[in-house]
Amino acid sequence: MEHDFEPKIVAFVCTWCTYAGADLAGTSRMQYPSNVRVLKFPCTGRIDPVFILRAFQKGTDGVLVSGCHPGDCHYMAGNFHARRRFAAFRQLLEFIGVDLNRLQFSWVSAAEGGKWVEVVTELTERVRAMGPMVEFKELEMEEHWSGKLDSPELKEAYQNI
Amino acid sequence: MSRIGVFVCHCGENISRTVDVERVAAYAAQLPGVAYATDYKYMCSDPGQNLLKKAVAEHQLTGIVVAACSPRMHEKTFRKAAQAAGLNPFMCDMANIREHCSWVHENRDEATAKASDIVRLMVERVKRGKVLEPITVPVTKRSLVIGGGIAGIQAALDIADAGHQVVLVEREPSIGGHMAQLSETFPTLDCSQCIMTPKMVDAANHPNITLYSWSEIESIDGYIGNFSVTIRRKARSVDEDKCTGCGVCMAKCPQKKIPNVFDRNLGLRTAIYVPFPQAVPNTPVIDREHCLKFKTGKCGLCAKACGPQAIDFEQQDQLVTEPVGAIVVATGFDLYSIDRKPEGSSIEGYGEFGYGTIPDVIDGLTFERLASASGPTGGKILRPSDGKEPKQVVFIQCVGSRAREKGISYCSKICCMYTAKHTMLYHHKVHDGRAYVFYMDARTPGKCYDEFWRRAVEEEEAVYIRGMVSRLYQRGDKVVVMGSDTLVGVQVEIEADLVVLATAVQAQPNADSLAQKLGISYDKYNFYSEAHAKLRPVECATAGIYLAGACQGPKDIPDTVSQASAAAAKVMTLFAKDQLEREPIVARVNERNCVGCFACRKVCPYGAIEEKEIRDRQGNLIRTVAHVNPGVCGGCGTCQATCPSKSVELDGYTDEQIVAMIEAL
Ligand SMILES: Cc1cc2nc3c(=O)[nH]c(=O)nc-3n(C[C@H](O)[C@H](O)[C@H](O)COP(=O)(O)OP(=O)(O)OC[C@H]3O[C@@H](n4cnc5c(N)ncnc54)[C@H](O)[C@@H]3O)c2cc1C
Ligand code: SF4
Ligand code: SF4
Ligand code: FES
Repeated sequence: MEHDFEPKIVAFVCTWCTYAGADLAGTSRMQYPSNVRVLKFPCTGRIDPVFILRAFQKGTDGVLVSGCHPGDCHYMAGNFHARRRFAAFRQLLEFIGVDLNRLQFSWVSAAEGGKWVEVVTELTERVRAMGPMVEFKELEMEEHWSGKLDSPELKEAYQNI
Repeated sequence: MSRIGVFVCHCGENISRTVDVERVAAYAAQLPGVAYATDYKYMCSDPGQNLLKKAVAEHQLTGIVVAACSPRMHEKTFRKAAQAAGLNPFMCDMANIREHCSWVHENRDEATAKASDIVRLMVERVKRGKVLEPITVPVTKRSLVIGGGIAGIQAALDIADAGHQVVLVEREPSIGGHMAQLSETFPTLDCSQCIMTPKMVDAANHPNITLYSWSEIESIDGYIGNFSVTIRRKARSVDEDKCTGCGVCMAKCPQKKIPNVFDRNLGLRTAIYVPFPQAVPNTPVIDREHCLKFKTGKCGLCAKACGPQAIDFEQQDQLVTEPVGAIVVATGFDLYSIDRKPEGSSIEGYGEFGYGTIPDVIDGLTFERLASASGPTGGKILRPSDGKEPKQVVFIQCVGSRAREKGISYCSKICCMYTAKHTMLYHHKVHDGRAYVFYMDARTPGKCYDEFWRRAVEEEEAVYIRGMVSRLYQRGDKVVVMGSDTLVGVQVEIEADLVVLATAVQAQPNADSLAQKLGISYDKYNFYSEAHAKLRPVECATAGIYLAGACQGPKDIPDTVSQASAAAAKVMTLFAKDQLEREPIVARVNERNCVGCFACRKVCPYGAIEEKEIRDRQGNLIRTVAHVNPGVCGGCGTCQATCPSKSVELDGYTDEQIVAMIEAL
């Protein structure tokens, strides 16, 4: 199927559950959109929210964060810390103007190849419908514009921010 | 400058069918930092690996990306090959273009584009890779066993027989645990004491076993291969080295009317006592709460009578520290406290069954003491209230177990079998008596178990009534049992002389506090958790700590002994090596940057983060920073994502590597 816009999706996954779940989707020859790029972490606990921000800044249109189900983390509690961290981080993202529909958290176990396919497909389709992520580009443009601040008062105000 | 080699695999046709592998290799060749790129039909085959090794030498490669299957499949293979070629194995990574690409996409252009992206990301990662050396930690080949029931004794004997030192710590004055209290044991009805006492003696006399009875774990430090255990040896008031175990002291002690807990309070003991005659060690303990010397300052008759002058009223608790490399936890179980709701517990009591108020309502363990030849009645079944032989006995199963409304949903596993055993023992001793059993289900999986149960029902004339008991009450010298027979659909009322409750198996009351000292996890019932319910049933998630027996969940003796031997085998596997080697994926603190907030320590699931003091040349403390113990670190990286000053970094997953991959998206 041809689309006007193909979103760039990145998935931050833990190696023990979701990465293995994605492997299972492969060995079961399930099919899903090719938009997703997978970045492997030992555990969701290692995923720094800054990475998500960075990905959006680099023009990623949708981000998936996925690991073991609560209670199944290979390191016992990494995903609990991750969950807590991301709950706070979502608010920050919203505050800076990122539509939270671009960010998806899902638990996918090593046995859930089917769920991996579902989650990736759903996110891809949703983000495709939303169109490209422009918030950060707009910010950049604004800065570009503010580079041309000509009155000294404006310049000073800008410096003081 | 990096000189990365990229090797794109066809995987027969598994990859090349949908991914244009030549195009991917050509694309990789022009990426910055890539010195060589090629494709090959089967990279994992011998010729494939040789091609890789040759290329390393020919092109002076500093790192390798193999674009092929999942790293979960062949990462080890290629890292080994890289190592054979003289590279650090951690400078080799895989780009997963099969499971994550060729197998899940049909469109050849899309799949080829994605494969190229995956390769590009991995090249960025390997370019920033660090040489990592495997971490080795020494192994102290001594083991601690906590709990001297049959589980702990079996584990200790196995490890000691393999030639390793064992420290066995038992809280009570004697080892033996619950098995020492049992009369005869299902499914063979052999006498428990007869099979247990020799093992107790073996354990105590074994040249490789140091037994600390009447002792408890004070604290535990360290990690797999290198624990340090502090043991509190509670004051016995008797010098173990001098005491010959003659028992003269007990004969002289004037305080003779203290209920003996070992006999479920049916028998009496003195203030200086051994819990049972076959106790190991056979050294008495003075119960300071009841001893007249401690209460009033007068008496000391035992001390006067003691030939070797072993009695020491001044004795204090002693702390001893033992280095060990492995720990077996074998602290066993406790029985459900039927009558009342234990303090701080979510579990309800069974006040309606009159336990504790009607003297002839007893629990299964008390029945064991009645039936035991060395018990308070010499093995005669006599009821507690008036010492008469009961002619009608009602046994009630599942008291507490499988009763979600009371707070326990699990099956205690042993009660169906021991109740059947009790009916038989009763029938053997009181020929004209009748045994009734109220039960929900008869659960008898196990070798010769169902046969045993059938024997109770078919040959030994136990009357099994399927249904629950609603009420018990005293009428004259009888206990009236009211219940329902759900198979026939009628109410039944039995006038019993004795009622025996098969109460639920529970965790030890202090199981959680011991778990916290050990850093192991436990379930909502305080049973200790194994690392994996099916595949790692005797290991804790905490490395170097193993589980044996009923502390992990209800178990009969055969299961307990099997698990104990399995735990011992795990310890021996650990001790087979002088050094432990582990993957060097561990966190590391940048001490200069660390502000000492210890946010990392709060989130570390392994307790791997320690305090380290930074001092100047004069030895003055400048500041305290975090330090990761590489032997304990599990490598999850949660600390790194938490550290507010970005001072801790997980090898193999550095910020630099990850950010470079994101930039290359
Ligand atoms: C009424 C009854 C009848 C039974 N009949 C049979 C039968 O016929 N056949 C059969 O196969 N099974 C039977 N069982 C089951 C059997 O008793 C258990 O399988 C067995 O005792 C479990 O052994 P264990 O070593 O795991 O635990 P335990 O026997 O409970 O031993 C644990 C030991 O650890 C010590 N300990 C506890 N906490 C600490 C601590 N913090 N520090 C140091 N030491 C500690 C305890 O003092 C104890 O000595 C019966 C059980 C009951 C209740
Ligand atoms: S303390 Fe003395 S009297 Fe008592 S058992 Fe030991 S040796 Fe015998
Ligand atoms: S979180 Fe960072 S700064 Fe704080 S103690 Fe740990 S390493 Fe040091
Ligand atoms: S290992 Fe999967 S979330 Fe921690």
